Amino acid sequence: MIRELFQRNVPGITERLQSSCIGIAGCGGLGSNVAVALVRAGIGKLILADFDAVEMSNLNRQHFFLDDIGKFKAEALGNHLRAINPYVNLDIQVVSLSPNNLKHIFENADLLVEAFDLAESKSWLIKNWCKLFPDKFIVAGNGVAGYGSFKSLHIEQAGNIVFCGDMATDMAIGLAAPRVIMVAAMQANAVIELIMEGSVS
Amino acid sequence: MITINNRDKLEWKPGMTIKDILDTMGYTYSLIMVTVDGKLVDDDEYKTFKVHDNASVRVIHIHHGG
Repeated sequence: MIRELFQRNVPGITERLQSSCIGIAGCGGLGSNVAVALVRAGIGKLILADFDAVEMSNLNRQHFFLDDIGKFKAEALGNHLRAINPYVNLDIQVVSLSPNNLKHIFENADLLVEAFDLAESKSWLIKNWCKLFPDKFIVAGNGVAGYGSFKSLHIEQAGNIVFCGDMATDMAIGLAAPRVIMVAAMQANAVIELIMEGSVS
Repeated sequence: MITINNRDKLEWKPGMTIKDILDTMGYTYSLIMVTVDGKLVDDDEYKTFKVHDNASVRVIHIHHGG
């Protein structure tokens, strides 16, 4: 089944992705869509961490469905990912991430995807990750709000921190599916690129 | 000469700190991250971290949304 599932994949990536473990901090708009893209691309293992439960207002951009309302996001997402690839290895953590538990939860991850919504949370996560794991990459979302302005979406890299987004818009102007999903796809694409270029061990 | 965000140039002065650069460039936004030559600088080091000549400084604003 695995061979058939990935038969249209870019030659050479499936084997590399199958042996990689990626952490995803937050399973909302960015995290759920990054996870779906990575599982479809053939990632071997994901560590999914989120304390929150699915609400109706999440369905405009997050990879959840009406039946998921009230369920923990990490668990509901895990169900959807297994429906794509039942062989994907998932470590599901229903937990509120903090600087105190970050190391314990993600120490086996080769790379971390930052997928929080609040800027303050993004900030502490990136700073603590860089302190805890100075040799490991973190791929963050920064500026996903509004609609249109496709050309403003880009990637900026500073050392082991990779930012995806427009680096400008704030969720005060509202969040809609297309730009959130595009930035999530950029993050997933950056993860694959880092794995394939050998930056992820 | 210091390069900021791969575009702006700032004349280097001995003893120049991250805070000096942020003040000179007019960065007042509270949620920023600063890297020097790719290494993240801690917030509480902004006043003491001395930037060397020819450094590449990145100042990135972090925005809500995800």
